[in-house]
Amino acid sequence: MSSTTTGTEGRGAETPQADGRTPVLEGRKLSKSYGHVRAMVDADFELMPGEVLAVIGDNGAGKSTLVKALSGAVTPDKGELLLDGKPVTFRSPIEARALGIETVYQDLAVAPALDIASNLFLGRELRRSGPLGSLLRMVDARAMRDEAQHQLDALGVRIPDVRQPVESLSGGQRQSVAVARAAAFATKLVIMDEPTAALGVRESGMVLDLIRRISARGLPVMLISHNMPHVFDIADRIHIHRLGSRVAVVSPRTHTMSDAVAIMTGAARPEDVGGRSHYDERAQGRQRARSTDGSDGPPTPADRVNPEGGEGAGSVP
Amino acid sequence: MRSNGMNSGGRGRRWSTGVVAAVAAVGLLGACGSDDDAPAETDGGEATSEGDVTVGLITKTETNPFFVTMRTVATDYAQEQGVGLTALAGEFDGDNEGQVQAMENLISQGVDGIMITPNNSSGVLGAIEQARSQGIVVIALDTATDPEDAVDATFATDNFEAGRLQGAYVRAVLGDEEPRLIMLDGTAGGTVDTFRHDGFLEGFGLEEGDPAILGMENTQGDQNTAQTAMENLLQRSPDVNAVYTINEPAARGAYAAIEARGLTDQVTIGSIDGGCEGVQDVADGKYAATVMQFPAEMVRQGIDAIVEAAGGGEAPSGFVDTGSVVITDNPIEGIESEDTAWGLENCWG
Amino acid sequence: MSESTAAAAARPPGRSAADPPPGGAAPPASERRQALGRALRNPLVGPLAALLVAVVLFTLMTDTFATAGNASLILQQSIVIGTLALGQTLIILTAGIDLANGAIAVLGTIVMAKFVFEGGNPLTALLLGLTITVVLGAISGLLVTRLGLPPFIVTLGMLTVVYAIARLYSESRSYSVSEPLLRFWGQGTTLGGVRITWGTLLLLVVFTVFWFALARTSWGRHVYAVGNAPEAARLVGIKVNRTILSVYVAAGALYGLAAWQALGRIPNADPNAYQTANLDSITAVVIGGTSLFGGRGSVVGTLIGALIVGVLRSGLTQAGIDNLYQDLATGVLVIVAVSLDQASRRRAAR
Repeated sequence: MSSTTTGTEGRGAETPQADGRTPVLEGRKLSKSYGHVRAMVDADFELMPGEVLAVIGDNGAGKSTLVKALSGAVTPDKGELLLDGKPVTFRSPIEARALGIETVYQDLAVAPALDIASNLFLGRELRRSGPLGSLLRMVDARAMRDEAQHQLDALGVRIPDVRQPVESLSGGQRQSVAVARAAAFATKLVIMDEPTAALGVRESGMVLDLIRRISARGLPVMLISHNMPHVFDIADRIHIHRLGSRVAVVSPRTHTMSDAVAIMTGAARPEDVGGRSHYDERAQGRQRARSTDGSDGPPTPADRVNPEGGEGAGSVP
Repeated sequence: MRSNGMNSGGRGRRWSTGVVAAVAAVGLLGACGSDDDAPAETDGGEATSEGDVTVGLITKTETNPFFVTMRTVATDYAQEQGVGLTALAGEFDGDNEGQVQAMENLISQGVDGIMITPNNSSGVLGAIEQARSQGIVVIALDTATDPEDAVDATFATDNFEAGRLQGAYVRAVLGDEEPRLIMLDGTAGGTVDTFRHDGFLEGFGLEEGDPAILGMENTQGDQNTAQTAMENLLQRSPDVNAVYTINEPAARGAYAAIEARGLTDQVTIGSIDGGCEGVQDVADGKYAATVMQFPAEMVRQGIDAIVEAAGGGEAPSGFVDTGSVVITDNPIEGIESEDTAWGLENCWG
Repeated sequence: MSESTAAAAARPPGRSAADPPPGGAAPPASERRQALGRALRNPLVGPLAALLVAVVLFTLMTDTFATAGNASLILQQSIVIGTLALGQTLIILTAGIDLANGAIAVLGTIVMAKFVFEGGNPLTALLLGLTITVVLGAISGLLVTRLGLPPFIVTLGMLTVVYAIARLYSESRSYSVSEPLLRFWGQGTTLGGVRITWGTLLLLVVFTVFWFALARTSWGRHVYAVGNAPEAARLVGIKVNRTILSVYVAAGALYGLAAWQALGRIPNADPNAYQTANLDSITAVVIGGTSLFGGRGSVVGTLIGALIVGVLRSGLTQAGIDNLYQDLATGVLVIVAVSLDQASRRRAAR
């Protein structure tokens, strides 16, 4: 994954990035209102191949609406979603999933009474071949067990018996099952919505390790988290969300946690902190951001700053 | 299923059927408009003018065929006699609150007399006392109150006598055979149940606790429960030759169990009620005899008594037996009986 | 039943393990311990033990209990409640409850019997009865899923409505049935002196079918998931409402079957019959170890639960013990079963 990088100087609306790479998932000027409440206002978003992108934002900043829009739970009123550069619309999480976008939810979304293998394959059970499977919908329990074990092993999740009910696991193990499920089925990216929020220190560490392993497979991960140390520990880039849209994308290498928090809370403007960040003013597609590190070279910490502009303008500065 | 005085249905049923009965009642009221022989005339007000006699009828439920018969007969007979009738009912068997409310309504309506198939609770007895203190004649139908003199008079089947008749008949059929008896009771401790049970034993010639009584089981007067109980009892006592049943549904259940084991030739089943279905069963040879009671008689005699009292005549008093008759197509010397043809003409339900 | 899409095709894309973990295979000793642990954790252990204790006890207490004939009898006595309890199990697994099942079955018997009584064709009568129970099940299901009403309230209302309809339609009288088709399940054969009714065989077949459907098909897994964690089920793409509706429809079909079975056992359709069947079926389900909170339990447990009730009734009667003690014992078992369920759920929630 280290071969992948960002370096997204501005780019054309339909054209790849300046470095020739297309974001795996890109949102352009996404908006969503609930009555008079504008939860998302011309929000931009992009996730590059192979990266771990953290999304941070204060409570009420609209992170969860963004996540829902990207995972298909909410259809934006306006704006455009591109998957591998191609426009897509999701009317439900199922549609997003069918296109290879898996989401891990804060509240796990596992059925505690069912065993691990059943949970891994919940909603997409493996069926027996022949009429037993197609007509009677008979599941292939053995294949699911084997495959579940294989998936967990591959991610280094140590669970002795996939026939255990999920409720017999610790919180971290349960989350690991949820993450493993996402990793097993995702072909494009994994969205993780506060995966460590309910976990203790050691268990959070387990989940962060999992994210690293998933990332190591080349699968990009979008991580929504409140936990700054986790974010700075694991993210390649940090998308900062404020008042319904993206205000900046910073790099943990160039910005400190307090920088990020300052931008997030509005205490500082993006251009005023961290020296090399860029902000994205929500001005109607006018590109305000400047790139200070326009290099296309191999990724360095400095490279991980993503100057943002209104994609609509789409011009290289 | 029916059996007067029995908490027919029993355990667990109350909270579910209470609601049911309530809505069923609403449904029935709604249906009354188009139904020619509506069981209840719920508003007697029209007929009430100065000097007219008004009567209230309170049954335990308005769904049991026995009570439906009472209400139908009461409606017809009241019309015939020019008497105003208000028919009310509890929502389920054992609905004391419902009966008390019905009493209160009739009292405030100022009826001349009330006929009630009483639940034996202090609440109902209190309401009866209140009515009588205001000069309303109160007559118990079908079920006696405890104490009996809580009402002016009781028009009912002498259930002890009805039981005695059943017992005497079944014993007579056995003849010289050594009796081996199974008893399918209704509800433990019910007044009517006890009278019929004790009467049967007297007529049958056995003491309570006699080893010839091979088994006893409560059936709630329900066919399914009775069948199950009989099957289980037969498992233990396949040599039974006489069966007492609290009512006809229980007798049907007993018959099904006995028939399934191929023991019909060996066993004589007796019953009590006189519902048309039961009489038909006797005609079909499913059980040997049933003892008929006469709900229509109870109602007619009750209305007559109230009319008489309201007209300045003597108020009714004491226990009036409305009679019970053995119905069988196999009459036995020494026991008065009628055949099923007569039974089908005089049955209720 | 939903989810016709995404069958075996959903196999996750193979990925080479970037980081193969150590210790994939556990040593045999711990595997055995796991197997034992799984067996003890199996919620069927309790009900099965209770059934065995009761059987042993009555075998010692009476000479007549432990006979093949008596076993056949207990099965016959458990057929109607057992079939109703099977439908009840499906619904309780989705965290619902059905108070109307007995009333629906009774209406089914009345429709079948009265139609024939009025000169109708028995087969038409049967299909009519079955259709009505399915439709009533579907109505409950639609009220639960479309209007989002609590199943308790929906089925309480259905109980009331259906009971009233049964009374009105039957004109508060009962109808006896002589048609061989309607009485079919009460007929049977004699094997080695023991009477086996077709109804008993049907009961076992129906339980097997639903055991398979719940334990071995994707539909079954969805039923459990919907009852255990509806939100999680929705998020993984299970059509929650459709699954719940399918359960109510299947239950309605089972109630129709129970109605047919009931006419086999007692060839008399009586609007007053089976008044406590709703609670009796819940009793069987709960004693069988199925959680009233949904998502846990099995139809095998329910069959055991129904048999426990039947064994207690039969055994106590044959031992000459007042059948009020049967109610007492059943009640105690219900409380024990619910307590065990609570305890296990609390353990799980820790």
